[in-house]
Amino acid sequence: MAVIRDVIPQLELFQPTSADDALALLAAHGSDAWVYAGGLDTLDWFKDRVKRPRVVVDLGGVESLREIRSTGGGVELGAMARLTDVINHPDVRSQFPALAYAARSAASPQIRNQGTIGGNVSQDTRCWYYRDGWTCYRAGGNICYASPPTAMNREHCILGASRCVAVNPSDTAPVLVALEAEMVVRRGASERVVAAEDYFVGPEIDIERMTVLEPEDLLTAIRVPSTWAGARVYFEKVRDRDTWDFPLVNVATAIQDSGGTIQDARVVVNGVAPTPVRLTAVEDALRGQARNEQLAERAGNIAIQGVSPLTHNGFKVNLLKNLVKRSIRDEPMSV
Amino acid sequence: MAEYKLLGKDYSTPDMYAKVTGRSRYAEDHRAEGMVFVKLLVSPMPHARVRSLDTSAAEALPGVEGILTADDLPEGNEPNEAALTMEPRYEGEPIVAVAAVDEETAASAVELIRIDLEPLPFVLDPLDSLRPDGPNARTDGNTMRGRELGEIKWTEADMAGLAPGEIPMEAEAGAEWAYGDLEAGFAEADTIVEEHSYHQSLSHQCLESRSTMAYWDGGKVYVYPSVQSTARSVGPMARFAGVEPADVVLINEFTGGGFGSKGSGYLQAQIPILLSKKIGKPVMMRVTRRDETSFGKARPGVQARIKLGMRRDGRITALDVHTIGDGGPYGRSGDHMNLGSIGSLAYQPVAMRLRGTGVYTNTPPRGAQRAPGGEQSMTMLSPIIQKAAKQLGLDQVEVLKINAPEGQAQFGAVGRTGQRSIVSSAFVKEAIDKGAELFNWSERVQRSGQRNGSTVTGIGVALSTFSAGASGVDGLFVIKPDGRMYIQSGVGPLGTGSTFDMMRPAAEGMDMPWEKCEVAWGDTSRHLPWSCSQGGSSTAHAHTRSNWAAVLDARQKLQEIAARDLGGSASDYEVGGERVYRRGNRSQGLSFARAAQRAIELGGRYDGHELPEDINGMTTASATALAGQGLMGVAKDNFEEGGRRMSFVAGFAEVEVDVETGTIRLVDYAAGCDAGTIIHPRNFGAQVFGGAIQGFSIALSQKWVYDRRWGLLVARKFYSNRPPGILDVPHEQPMRWVAADLPDPFNPLGAKGIGEAAQGAASGAVVNAIADALGQEDGDFFRTPVTRDMILTQLEQAPLGHDRLTPHV
Repeated sequence: MAVIRDVIPQLELFQPTSADDALALLAAHGSDAWVYAGGLDTLDWFKDRVKRPRVVVDLGGVESLREIRSTGGGVELGAMARLTDVINHPDVRSQFPALAYAARSAASPQIRNQGTIGGNVSQDTRCWYYRDGWTCYRAGGNICYASPPTAMNREHCILGASRCVAVNPSDTAPVLVALEAEMVVRRGASERVVAAEDYFVGPEIDIERMTVLEPEDLLTAIRVPSTWAGARVYFEKVRDRDTWDFPLVNVATAIQDSGGTIQDARVVVNGVAPTPVRLTAVEDALRGQARNEQLAERAGNIAIQGVSPLTHNGFKVNLLKNLVKRSIRDEPMSV
Repeated sequence: MAEYKLLGKDYSTPDMYAKVTGRSRYAEDHRAEGMVFVKLLVSPMPHARVRSLDTSAAEALPGVEGILTADDLPEGNEPNEAALTMEPRYEGEPIVAVAAVDEETAASAVELIRIDLEPLPFVLDPLDSLRPDGPNARTDGNTMRGRELGEIKWTEADMAGLAPGEIPMEAEAGAEWAYGDLEAGFAEADTIVEEHSYHQSLSHQCLESRSTMAYWDGGKVYVYPSVQSTARSVGPMARFAGVEPADVVLINEFTGGGFGSKGSGYLQAQIPILLSKKIGKPVMMRVTRRDETSFGKARPGVQARIKLGMRRDGRITALDVHTIGDGGPYGRSGDHMNLGSIGSLAYQPVAMRLRGTGVYTNTPPRGAQRAPGGEQSMTMLSPIIQKAAKQLGLDQVEVLKINAPEGQAQFGAVGRTGQRSIVSSAFVKEAIDKGAELFNWSERVQRSGQRNGSTVTGIGVALSTFSAGASGVDGLFVIKPDGRMYIQSGVGPLGTGSTFDMMRPAAEGMDMPWEKCEVAWGDTSRHLPWSCSQGGSSTAHAHTRSNWAAVLDARQKLQEIAARDLGGSASDYEVGGERVYRRGNRSQGLSFARAAQRAIELGGRYDGHELPEDINGMTTASATALAGQGLMGVAKDNFEEGGRRMSFVAGFAEVEVDVETGTIRLVDYAAGCDAGTIIHPRNFGAQVFGGAIQGFSIALSQKWVYDRRWGLLVARKFYSNRPPGILDVPHEQPMRWVAADLPDPFNPLGAKGIGEAAQGAASGAVVNAIADALGQEDGDFFRTPVTRDMILTQLEQAPLGHDRLTPHV
């Protein structure tokens, strides 16, 4: 079959108006169905004719999934809440400004008006080989095109590679992991709650998906508990340009301190591995310490232990080190 | 300076309302009765031969209307590309076109085509092809030798002692020119800088792709393309269709950008034109971003070795340049040679030698992109000049001024006449001074290298120059008995505004209120005159001249009519206030409306029934169609020429480089311009800033990335190719421009173009500002774009993963 990377192929489109109806459709069509949220990840795949699901379930009409609710010091974000609405929500801004800041650093204003928080955390990797339809491991093949010495891998993994060297591109995911958010996943009538940290799946577990979501599953909400509300949470993203770019590396560091001593910390980075990575060794080194330049320096050095860069992405090692250092040393930026 | 009523004033162009309300119709918005759609089968390999092609299943699919292959095309013209090919020489080159009732059917039909391709050797890096025994991108050679396809290979002796990614200065080159005593120039120099330098290839990334609709009716072909030029695209479309230009009707009222890639039509328009002829139905070809990136042309990358000598006073005494141009697989790009001519103009080196070779590669076809070769020249030479000046402890602005051209300055190679080319005017020092004042250079430069936390400030300046005007085209307008003036514009509507701006001189010359003028444009059935190409910043100069010629013609006719009706001689009358009247007595005269009526009654040359013999055939046809409607102003521009029209821009930039993240923040940009009289300040500014924004992305972000093993482009999406966006522009304070505003002496209104020169000043200034921030040891990259990884690895002295000259990483 000759290849053409143009025109969305035929598909059957369903546009439910309730989560129950959406779930029923997903149950009825199983692995034939594709969940369509804001469409920013989806349409690319369809138009290139690389992913060709038989059935598409468009959640755009399910208004109940767009709600953002306060939950006693925390917030519950409907999975279909648009990034712009997350950024502008007063409780998000006051309690979790780093989440608003991270959401605003994603993509472009136009994309944020359409893209959803659920889509942002669940989006597929941007590995240019995989997305262009190369039949790699992640696409069901038996090779990684991004890792050979002749390959172009400036934007790929320095950590956690397992056959696949693609990275998770989400900007909100590391913040949600740092904030100990929970992902509410429904299947039919049953509901399960997954820690954000456990929501993401690396290639060593399943090389063909990015999250725990399986056919028939629907991410309906993201709960951010009050645990880290008002804490010092630092987010920073480094990208190549300011007009719509995925992170080369980003970092989210949440710190609770008392009397100048760090009581607890969660340090999460993305853009360096197939999933957002919690740097527990860095967290251990922070607890009980005074937050200062030396500690920041040490944290940066610990962050890069065990990295394994590819031909073109050695710079990510320094970037990771420096971003972790800054996340402890510098004052958080906000929207 | 002359006082003008219209020139130098802002106004809203007539197309603006349609644009901001979304009513403007671009190529793909057009529809025709029975229209079908095209989709393309393109090459999945960088170089291959089609061994077998079976389209039977595709043609049997219900809804498919027909196909087009290379067999349906006229004889090819090597080394140029064809619209469809059986030997694709780059990934994405079209092989088969399928027409169907809708795009979905056409795409499904493409998937049913059985094609067997034999992979052939391919080349991504010109240096690979020049090395002894290196592969060629084409089976018939790797370069043009004169008019013939041929081969250049460097010898083992040439390569001896060179590190990978270095260019042998004296190895064979495809072309060469020199002037002055190079050896003496270097001997006189107090410092010599010698560097290898790399400039990336760049897709044009026009927001509108080259979508095209075509149909045939009554022996004529109607084409709805997305082109830059209107009049100048008729000829190429006629060639693609195999008809006479008079049998082409070209409708193109709005174009979403061209930047050189759609200058005078484009070959891919041949696909809907010939498919429509074959199947007898209108055919629409909507071109995707992906296909536009493949065949929508690109700026040639350049690899160079540059040696520059500078005297203690800042004067450049010698410049020796060896360039390798990445030419794609077709045609012959001259960017790598243009680079030298433009450098010789901007810096007037006492002695100079340029040697260059254009090398074929299996990457997208190249073409002109905004200041072709000129931008590369400024972006690549600016940091070398800065480095030399820093070694001598000189102020960068002073160095640009001491080397600046002045008046009818010489440049480039010695021509066949034994003379070097000259320019019509150059007020470069004035432009630099005004720009430096606007930017507050003398104070700002003190901030150079200042550190604030992890960020370091850098200040940079660069000069750029490029073509700014054509000549010899025609002006055409009619003043009708309704008292209104109808100006015919054959200039293309690509978004610069010159379709209208360059008609304002006609109104100015006739002293007509702009509200009483109507511009006909964008549709050759509306009787448009022969015009210059809407490219090369040609229109400002060319159409002030042509319209002024038409103004002089119309004024003379009005004066003659007045003398005939009111007595006296023509010279007793003058024109103004919508009247022709006796000098000193306004009441004794004719209104334009009355004079227009009289012109119709008199006929002959007055109303266009007799036309000048020296105008172009297209103008003759258009004027003939308009004859008898009023008083016609029609003439060819025969004004004196004083050399090549070139404009100049000095760009000033401040950046902050974060040494922990490699992030470069553009803090401020200002430009000082020498582009003659300014016709429309707002559009002038749009060109200065638009060019600057493209310059920023050349300096900072946009590039291709190719997989070396498979020869395929992996960074082909907008977001992975990283062209500039508005969020990448300095936003704490707006960008600013100022102009010398001194008239070019060889234009009746003093006008020159601005768009081309606007870009290299910005890319050069930003690259220089980065180097200034980081200091010579860490900040000399001599490679664009300067990306985060380059900064971080250089600061940490870590390996980057490629050589300085490696393309498409």
